[in-house]
Amino acid sequence: MTTTHSGVSTATRATAVAARATDLTKVYGQGETQVVALDAVSVDFRQARFTAIMGPSGSGKSTLMHCMAGLDSISGGSARIGDIELTGLKDKKLTQLRRDKIGFVFQAFNLLPTLTALENITLPMDIAGRKPDRAWLDRVVETVGLGGRLKHRPSQLSGGQQQRVAVARALASRPEIIFADEPTGNLDSRSGAEVLGFLRNSVRELGQTVVMVTHDPVAASYADRVIFLADGRIVDDMPDPTADMVLERMLRFSGGAPRTPGFDAKGRTS
Amino acid sequence: MFRTALRNVLAHKARLLMTVLAVMLGVAFVSGTLVFTSTISDAFQRSSQKGFDNVDVAIQPKSSDSGAPGAATMLDQKLLDAAARVPGAASATGTVSGFTAIADKNGKLIGNGFSTRGANYFPGSDGKDARYPLRDGVAPKGPQEFALDAHTADKAGYKAGDTVRISVDGPVREQKLTGVFTTDDGTVAAGGSLALFDTATAQKLFATPGAFSEIDVKAAPGASQSALKAAVDKVLPKDGAAATTGKELADEQAKAIAESMDGMKTGLLAFAGIALFVGIFIITNTFTMLVAQRTKELALLRAVGASRRQVTRSVLSEAFLVGAVAAVTGLAAGIGIGAGLRALMGTIGATVPDGPLVIAPSTIAVSLAVGIVVTVLAAWLPGRRAAKIPPVAAMNSVHATATTKSLVVRNTIGALVAGAGTAAVVVATGMNDAEALMSGGAAVLLIGVFILTPLLSRPLIALAAPVLRAFGISGKLARQNAVRNPRRTAATASALMVGLTLITGMTVIAGSVQKGIDKMATDALKADYVVSMASRSPLSPDVAKKLSGLDEVTAVSPLRNSPSRIGTGPDATPEYLTGVNGKDFGKLTRLDFTQGSLGDLRGGRAVVDDATAKRHGWSAGAHVPVTYADGKKGTLTVSGVYQGNEMIHGIILDNGTLAPHQRQITDMQVMVKTKGGATDAAKDSLVKALGKNPAISVSDKKDVSDGIAQMFSLMLNMLYGLLAMAVIVAVLGVINTLAMSVFERQQEIGMLRAIGLDRRGIKRMVRLESLVISLFGGVLGVGLGVFFGWAAGELIGGSLPTYELVLPWGRLGLFLGLAAVVGVLAALWPARRAAKLNMLAAIKSE
Repeated sequence: MTTTHSGVSTATRATAVAARATDLTKVYGQGETQVVALDAVSVDFRQARFTAIMGPSGSGKSTLMHCMAGLDSISGGSARIGDIELTGLKDKKLTQLRRDKIGFVFQAFNLLPTLTALENITLPMDIAGRKPDRAWLDRVVETVGLGGRLKHRPSQLSGGQQQRVAVARALASRPEIIFADEPTGNLDSRSGAEVLGFLRNSVRELGQTVVMVTHDPVAASYADRVIFLADGRIVDDMPDPTADMVLERMLRFSGGAPRTPGFDAKGRTS
Repeated sequence: MFRTALRNVLAHKARLLMTVLAVMLGVAFVSGTLVFTSTISDAFQRSSQKGFDNVDVAIQPKSSDSGAPGAATMLDQKLLDAAARVPGAASATGTVSGFTAIADKNGKLIGNGFSTRGANYFPGSDGKDARYPLRDGVAPKGPQEFALDAHTADKAGYKAGDTVRISVDGPVREQKLTGVFTTDDGTVAAGGSLALFDTATAQKLFATPGAFSEIDVKAAPGASQSALKAAVDKVLPKDGAAATTGKELADEQAKAIAESMDGMKTGLLAFAGIALFVGIFIITNTFTMLVAQRTKELALLRAVGASRRQVTRSVLSEAFLVGAVAAVTGLAAGIGIGAGLRALMGTIGATVPDGPLVIAPSTIAVSLAVGIVVTVLAAWLPGRRAAKIPPVAAMNSVHATATTKSLVVRNTIGALVAGAGTAAVVVATGMNDAEALMSGGAAVLLIGVFILTPLLSRPLIALAAPVLRAFGISGKLARQNAVRNPRRTAATASALMVGLTLITGMTVIAGSVQKGIDKMATDALKADYVVSMASRSPLSPDVAKKLSGLDEVTAVSPLRNSPSRIGTGPDATPEYLTGVNGKDFGKLTRLDFTQGSLGDLRGGRAVVDDATAKRHGWSAGAHVPVTYADGKKGTLTVSGVYQGNEMIHGIILDNGTLAPHQRQITDMQVMVKTKGGATDAAKDSLVKALGKNPAISVSDKKDVSDGIAQMFSLMLNMLYGLLAMAVIVAVLGVINTLAMSVFERQQEIGMLRAIGLDRRGIKRMVRLESLVISLFGGVLGVGLGVFFGWAAGELIGGSLPTYELVLPWGRLGLFLGLAAVVGVLAALWPARRAAKLNMLAAIKSE
């Protein structure tokens, strides 16, 4: 829950930390075209908390998530999931880590059209070759309210239902942390609210840890905490946000960062 | 629009690569065939033309019914002299020729036995034979001498003065090599050997003393061939001989060569056609996908005012460009193939006369046309589909999901077509001479199966589920991906199916026919050995005589052929008589008599095979008037009708009856039975008794079977080689489909990687998909091939009573294995690509 801009983390409460970045740096390109996407970012994501990451496009919010989730390589500093250091991990180990410790919710749902809803939900366990925990699975399915539609294929489900399947998939294997990348970007506001509600419930009721990248102040208001990025640095950290507080904070970016005059209309992440 | 098409081709270079390759292979096959056959045919024409340089008019025995009795007038010295004296003639040359085997220093036959010839050295007024200029030594004189062509002499290391073992009709002769000559003779140019004797010796060896087989007259300077022919005609005996001008002969030979090349060309082109046909599936697949991917773009074109026809035309222009590129590269590759094939023939010993590589304008035109037409044709359906995209599709923010058009219509049509084809094939099996119905039915059935393949893909691929389950999630996803786009899977599998259907069908038919022929030839034979010339040319009767003198031999019978006429007056039909040793014939054969029996085959008695008996309406006891080769008439009594086979057929009578009417006695084969059956020792003593002759082969039943088997496996291997082309094209198709699938499913693959499927799992998924599709095609192909093999066999069974269906399980398993290998190989590159996919880019891309 604590972020220090200097990089000195609150190590005393490490046990409760699900993921931690320390001086995390990500540089794209070389020479003149070099872009520093993350500039020595240090942040802790505590267990059983719902954190939102916000910032204008190009701020590095998606990069931060990708690096933390082991989807992208790290140029410098450290990223940990639980006790595991991500830097230096080979692809195989990283893949395993994502499979066993991390859940994902994507903007574009990313369900397999050939699988039924239930098969999509248990996909991570199938990949790992594990039997799903029946009771937990039932609870997850109940939480996201998909009971009657488990046999349907994604093409037979609405966008909101598809994203709920995706949320259930992320929850089903009880990962240490769930990363959600603009989960409501492709949804209408009502479906979006539902999905966000489930994400919050999974934190409150099931004790999950969720990190969500979003551009939507309303979506961010579901979180316990919002961190703001700009130009690859964390510029603010807001506990217990409301939509108004977030919006007010974001408006301040518009004037302050000429390179990124605002959020892109479609909410695409950088 | 054409510029749009060009841009599109350039934009999708990689994806069009497989299409280009597939068309290119087919075109290369076509142009390679055309270049090769025209080059060879041109070379043969040239060499044969040269052979007629010294011939202005040729006198040959009239070839009415190959030796109609009494009509065969000898071309003798008198006629030769008369021909040399006709006005306009400069000189006349009498030639006589036949088979002559030359043994190398190890006693083995030089050459293949078919192009080893002997002829006469015919000295002209200057004492030299202009056709055969001597390089070393002198011309042969007398029965103990001969001359040899330089090519063969050099190959075997013979020099003038050496003693060489040769054989003309059986027994080995040791002849003194007096001279080595060079020649333009076509046989020698094509890798054969030519031995020359003096005229008297050659006449004794190849014909009868004093007779020539041809008299060539050379025109005096200024005399035309036709004037010379008219003059020669006057001195010819009536009916006995005919004169032909050298030009006519050359033309005739050129035509014969062209015809024989035509057969080969047609055969090769058929295989090229199969390869191109398989290519059509790939082209259609590729363009269907390109159109689907560009739905939005094409809709935009429509929205800004392009007409439907323009959209179709833009797709077809793209196909045209692809086809043109493929055709041009294919043509270039084909010219290389043509040149390579000729070089290859040279190295395997089948020497072809030298000549330039012939690239006819028609070859270029046909190759380019074939490549372009096939491609444009295959893109036609996707092009039409492109035109049907509504302009509003451009406005949809979400890219249009692939329309899963119902397969109901397709399945109904497919079921009807396949049903009709199956019915036709099955009906044809129960009929005689129903080849047309059967091949038509087979083609219809094949088309029906093409149409039905999407329907069949689901249940057949579902069968693989238990196996795939062992591969966990990768297997499951692979199975589902394989049936996700039934049309594409079907087209991919169909491409493989075509080749495997043909390969399997051929294998089943060849195996069954081989067994049938083998059974027939060996079942009917009680003889332990069959002795014949390696070249299948006639044997001297001395061989049979020598063999019957051996202690271990219990029965001997030659098989002799002699022409005759059956019947009387104008209705008389030519028919060959087969002379045997009537006393031993029963001990050497086991013939099935449908009427009468073999009995005592002597005097005027004869046995006749069922086919001949049916043709003439004979039954046992019939009296048959016959005119023998020497013109004498007689009557034969049919004592039995037997079932003929490959080896023994026709009208069979005792040599005692036949021999007095034969001018020259030769045996086709000699059947031998030995004490204690076929043993190595018995064979050795037979071979030894015949003087370890290189030209004579002594084969037991196993050798006969092996010979038949060898012939069939040679044929099959050639077919396999040619059909391999179709399989290679099919592999390209599988690669293409997988590459498309991987490309289309980038996002899914990225997601799977993100949520924890490792690279191996992704690779496995793609490989298994490939395996499943390939095996699907393999199972269809092998199944259909077996069905066609069975059906064709039922038809063949009508004329080959010993035919029985042989299913070569090992081979069939091998073919399925081949399909699996195709799948694994084809997946190598797409699987790697899928595993290396940039995960982030894949997830982000919409």
